[in-house]
Amino acid sequence: MMVPRELAEHDQPEPTPAFVEMLGISKRFSGVQALRNVSFTIRSAEIHCLAGENGCGKSTLIKILAGVYAPDEGTIILNQQAHSHLSPAASQRAGVQIIYQDLSLFPNLSVAENILFRRHLAMPSRLVRRAEIVKQAREVMARLGVNLPVEEVVGRLPIATRQLVAICRVLAAEARLVVMDEPTASLTHHEIDALLETVRGLKAHRIATVFVSHKLEEVMRIAERVTVLRDGSKVGTYPASEINRYRLTELMTGQKFETSLKPAFSSKTPPILEVRGLTRRGHYEEVDFLLRPGEILGIIGRLGSGRTELALSLFGMNPPDAGEVLIGGKPARLPTNRAAIRHGIGYVSEDRLSLGLVMPQSIADNIVISVLKKLTGVLGLIDGGRRRKSVNHWIDELHVKTRAPDRPVQELSGGNQQRVVLAKWLATDPRILILDSPTVGVDVGAKVGIYQIIDALAARGIAIIFITDEVEEVLHQTNRILVMLSRRITATLDPGKVTERELREAISA
Amino acid sequence: MRNFVRFLFRRHDVQIGLIVVIMAACFSTISSGFLTPGNLMDMLESYSVMAIMAAGLLVVLISGGIDISFAAIAAVSQFLVAIILVRFGGNWFVAFSLAGLFGALLGVVNALLIYYLGAISVIVTISTMTFYFSILMFVTQGKSIYNLPNWFTSDISVLAIPFPVVVAAIALLLTLFLVSRLTIGRQIYGLGGNPEAAKRMGCNIVGLQCFVYGYSGFMAAVAGIVQAHRVEEVVPYALIGRELDVLAAVVLGGASLSGGVGTVSGTVLGIVLLAVLQNGLTLLGVSSYSFGVVTGIVILVSVSATAYAAKRQRKRSIRDAI
Repeated sequence: MMVPRELAEHDQPEPTPAFVEMLGISKRFSGVQALRNVSFTIRSAEIHCLAGENGCGKSTLIKILAGVYAPDEGTIILNQQAHSHLSPAASQRAGVQIIYQDLSLFPNLSVAENILFRRHLAMPSRLVRRAEIVKQAREVMARLGVNLPVEEVVGRLPIATRQLVAICRVLAAEARLVVMDEPTASLTHHEIDALLETVRGLKAHRIATVFVSHKLEEVMRIAERVTVLRDGSKVGTYPASEINRYRLTELMTGQKFETSLKPAFSSKTPPILEVRGLTRRGHYEEVDFLLRPGEILGIIGRLGSGRTELALSLFGMNPPDAGEVLIGGKPARLPTNRAAIRHGIGYVSEDRLSLGLVMPQSIADNIVISVLKKLTGVLGLIDGGRRRKSVNHWIDELHVKTRAPDRPVQELSGGNQQRVVLAKWLATDPRILILDSPTVGVDVGAKVGIYQIIDALAARGIAIIFITDEVEEVLHQTNRILVMLSRRITATLDPGKVTERELREAISA
Repeated sequence: MRNFVRFLFRRHDVQIGLIVVIMAACFSTISSGFLTPGNLMDMLESYSVMAIMAAGLLVVLISGGIDISFAAIAAVSQFLVAIILVRFGGNWFVAFSLAGLFGALLGVVNALLIYYLGAISVIVTISTMTFYFSILMFVTQGKSIYNLPNWFTSDISVLAIPFPVVVAAIALLLTLFLVSRLTIGRQIYGLGGNPEAAKRMGCNIVGLQCFVYGYSGFMAAVAGIVQAHRVEEVVPYALIGRELDVLAAVVLGGASLSGGVGTVSGTVLGIVLLAVLQNGLTLLGVSSYSFGVVTGIVILVSVSATAYAAKRQRKRSIRDAI
């Protein structure tokens, strides 16, 4: 466990003038104190991270800056003028532009029209001048040093390109401060690198950038300062050079986390799963490995390495061309996911929102959805008592925080939704559980909760395959690591004998 | 070159255009009466009312809404204008202005209900359709108006083109100009494509909605006048039941029920497709009762082909993502 230094508040000496100062901001929503006396300063042309867990008040603070909400108390100094609150128009006039996580683009309009959509709202021009729009869009793109297909419809572009369109749009609006809400959530590593380069370009144009995020590893690379919020209060503002991942996690959650390695796994029990020469051409090739009950096997690889395709094959959703799978020592065929479930295999998908849960249905229904057959009584009808017992059991067991199991799952926080997904699979009494990037998009505190659940599952003798692309996660949370690169297993590593740097190189070589 | 051809064939209006050409070719070989100037002009004339209504509905669909009440609005406006013309006299300018005013007002009522109640447009406009039409039937007791002024009912043509066709052409050109050349038209596309983004960009949402539903009402009322001119009488229930035909033609022409997509050229082709089909079947001597069956099948095939293509596209992009 690294002991972090105590860091000094770094607000005082201002090397460059402040673009906006928010002083002593407080805001209540029907009894909930969203912000308590928070001060937040953004200098001209700086790159600033606003960090905090979900519900810490980040979004409220940004919406006050954008003029969407008026603060109950506090002052906003923008362009040397003090305001008790801003209107959306005043905020935009001063050059504050927000890029929301959904990007707010028009999927049916061309790149050029999206970039210059505001021209359509400008009063004197009632006629559309297409040639002029295309010309100006090209100029904006040139300023940012990007080259996008101006005539293409935005809905046909990949997400990273859409983000560039959104950035071009704020540039066209003469932004002086760009706030990006969770900009890296749906990007690959390579795309994140390109985004960071673009943000450096904004700085060169004297535009300040604020990253709002709970996942800051990438953006920390180019940030100059970090402001951390927790439970509606400001923890502090720090120079980015003095903050590392562990320190940031502590500041965001107010807790210290143990990041020790797992003790080496040793078991004489025969393997529950044995994979021999498994191949699906174009997806993955010649995969061999063993998995014992109670073991947590990490598979690390980047998007496109074949990790998800392999996982889907083991769950019967992507039949292999060659090779064999032995479950409990006996050859098993897995042509469908129903067959996989019958063999005691569970799969928790990466995209838990669209694949793992039926969002508008109740927590209880989601938990029992895959075991309805087991709960039927006479006439094949569902036995209400058994259903209730099963639901309550899992809610207690996994500490799902909810007022009532008949509330829709979508009302739960990300971390609690994740627990419901786990409960759903535990109810099937699995022997092998495949977790595909289970911590994507959940904040730090919830992540730790998920690790504890995974440990608890392994302790019950369930064999776990933990797929991830986060190096530190696989190092600290698994017993053994398979590295997947270009559709092959390229190394089997012991977490105790490999460094983060070595592992990082292994997955990107 | 191959890419260009493939690009062309992927375009919805090109596909529909091809189907029209093939069908027209089939009908003209089977029936010599099909491809004559007289028959073609008749065809245009009889589908002009539908085309005018479609122009209005297209704009609503692009904005992400739907209007079911336009035929009822047309009937109400038609009736009010007929009463005024019979009692006080008038001319074409008065007839179209008054009808347009009534139609636009009734459309704006739809827009305000949709915006302020936050109700979905299909429910609101089904309700107002029932309401407008029932009031009309209650007031008229279902009685028709036959004594329309002579200037109103006599045939007019401009350069040998019948008057209804002229009005339809103007309505479609006006709509083309609106959606492609006016900034408000582009805002309507934006609203249909991503309503949340339109709000965040600062579009005047209630203003845009009043405009699109008002426009739909306006066009419907104009269509009502043209229809009364064609049939030389005002029958309160004559237009009711046409809304789904018009909706089908617009959707057939590539407009999306989820908003943001749709073109005037597509809409024209959608109407031409239905027109050619029904006209050809008549010439072949097929009972007019079978029209519904055939148009139903054509629309089902067209709409499901679009949906299926979108589904395949989605699957492909998921596979690319993995």
